[in-house]
Amino acid sequence: MNALTIITNVLGELMAPTTAAYALAAMGLNIHFGMTGLMNMGQAGFMLLGAYGFAITQAMGGNLFISIVTALVLAAIYGLLLGIPTLKLGPDYLAMVTLAAAEIVRIVARSTAMTHVTGGSAGISPQDFTTQFEALSPLPDGSTTFLLWTYNNNIANSWWLRIVAWILVAIAAVLCWRWFNSPWGRVLKGIREDENAIKSLGKNVTKYKMQALILGGLFGAIAGIVFVLPRSVQPDSLGRTVTFYTWTILLLGGAATIMGPILGSCVLWVLLTLVKEVMRVSIPETVMSSNQIEALGWVIVGVALMCLVIFRPQGILGNKKELAFNA
Amino acid sequence: MRDSNTNQTTDPNAPTPINVGEERTQPVGAFFDLAKWATKAPEGEQLISTAYGDRVTQDLMYVENKAGVHKPDPILVADNVTRKFGGMTAVDVEHFEIERHGITALIGPNGAGKTTFFNLMTGFDTPNTGTWHFDGQDMAHVQPEKVAKGGMVRTFQLTKVMSRLTVLDNMLLGAPVQPGEGMLRALWPGAWKKHEKENREKAEALLERFLLFKKKDDYAGGLSGGQRKLLEMARALMSDPKLVMLDEPMAGVNPALKQSLLDHIISLREDGTTVLFVEHDINMVRHIADWVTVMAEGKIVAEGQPKTVMDDPAVVDAYLGAHANIDLADIDSIDNDDDGSEDVQ
Repeated sequence: MNALTIITNVLGELMAPTTAAYALAAMGLNIHFGMTGLMNMGQAGFMLLGAYGFAITQAMGGNLFISIVTALVLAAIYGLLLGIPTLKLGPDYLAMVTLAAAEIVRIVARSTAMTHVTGGSAGISPQDFTTQFEALSPLPDGSTTFLLWTYNNNIANSWWLRIVAWILVAIAAVLCWRWFNSPWGRVLKGIREDENAIKSLGKNVTKYKMQALILGGLFGAIAGIVFVLPRSVQPDSLGRTVTFYTWTILLLGGAATIMGPILGSCVLWVLLTLVKEVMRVSIPETVMSSNQIEALGWVIVGVALMCLVIFRPQGILGNKKELAFNA
Repeated sequence: MRDSNTNQTTDPNAPTPINVGEERTQPVGAFFDLAKWATKAPEGEQLISTAYGDRVTQDLMYVENKAGVHKPDPILVADNVTRKFGGMTAVDVEHFEIERHGITALIGPNGAGKTTFFNLMTGFDTPNTGTWHFDGQDMAHVQPEKVAKGGMVRTFQLTKVMSRLTVLDNMLLGAPVQPGEGMLRALWPGAWKKHEKENREKAEALLERFLLFKKKDDYAGGLSGGQRKLLEMARALMSDPKLVMLDEPMAGVNPALKQSLLDHIISLREDGTTVLFVEHDINMVRHIADWVTVMAEGKIVAEGQPKTVMDDPAVVDAYLGAHANIDLADIDSIDNDDDGSEDVQ
């Protein structure tokens, strides 16, 4: 491995579909947490439902539009069910319920009783649900090399998926920007600051919180679809850790900013790949196995993130001034 | 704008403003001049009218000074309101009325149930029993946001400003009409830009009046305690409420700002707004209130003109008790923890 390969791999992460999926999920979480102050600890639950809703209907032979609508409807119903009992309570309750509910979704999906629908713990393999998406591609078959990177045009981890994923991210960013700077966004930020004050001004707080929870969940569902398209649907690949990565990305980029989630996602995955690749080249196999390097990579990134939270708590793009009034 | 105030257009008995300051060079009428409408003008300014104040004084002159008395033109009528916390009865109000266009003070020692009563009236707390009507509408068991939309807006004892929003954004949140607050319509600025502009003009005028205009782009969290009180009051006025309920508007405000807050409250009356406020500073109550209601241990123990009430033995009892040798005006300095036990906001 030489320096060029490292650079190729590291910068390749910048446009990877997974990076885009995490950016979308973090944008949804930003609507929950950054705008409305809802502590959603189960963004992976929304992603799982999106992924399953899409993959199952695809496997059953539905068309793409129906599959995407199913994914969104499932996420919306899930958000509604979570919100009804918890939104009137404090933020900590929502955190607990969402964390538990995401686990319920995952465990139900991987249970043997559901094998005929979800494929159990083995999940749904790509050929069952990606063909229609790949067939939609206007690109010719084969693979293309662009500067340093060579990917297949249409199949699996492809250029086509990259293009679609990043167009989705761009659309999501524009929507977020619009919402953040609208009177609706202002009400959500008001709720984040003080619910009772907003109530005393004649706004239906529960309605706004429900809208925010569902909207962020829809972003999560789309993220789930983008996340599974280059691989397969596997319940355990969308577990708690995904939720925590999403939180990390949001706080890294800066909550309540528009570009924060995108930047956070890019920085996290680029940094992680860089650390791992450099260690793989520089540390001989006799000292450390590749498994250990994988784990150490997370440790180093974890320490870097802790430093960031301590020395720049507002994230990369966040506004330090806003944090001054935490009380 | 304030010119189309509903009270003034729908109330046939509304008095016509009397121009006192004829020699003024400035044109009269823009609503941000209304600070000049107070019965006692802020320093260096002149009054335009004292019409509402005069009428309320006239009307209340003939009302008997006793607890639970009926008033000539009540805006809020409450009956048999009780609220129990476990075995403790925090509020037990048999009958209570607020005179329209008047400034009513609600006083009483700490733990008397004033804040709880506020919470009940505005829907932030649910009573065990009771009914109340606001301007003819039944307001019992109505959610706080609907109470606010009905024209009854409150402020909080522990000031609630949105710290990480700018002062102007805080104000804009108080605007009653903004279609852009719908999730989908928010995406089409054409649907709300016009309202936003109108609301902004109104907010800026109010901020000017409350001496916060220079702070409009600062975060509200950076304001001082007194400025937050001002902001909260200004925000409550964004919706042109019929009744504002101010929970201790003077607590923690320095004396200089206190005077200007007082003038603002007085000017609200000349605006056609009814004011109910909780306060501990007896001197202040005497100075601006048209009517004083005294609560103690959840009950209304006395009502009347400020001067009469202060001499009522029931009030002296309720307020002084063990501290009978201490001046009334100093009462709030003894009790640092205001209504701590009954705060259930």
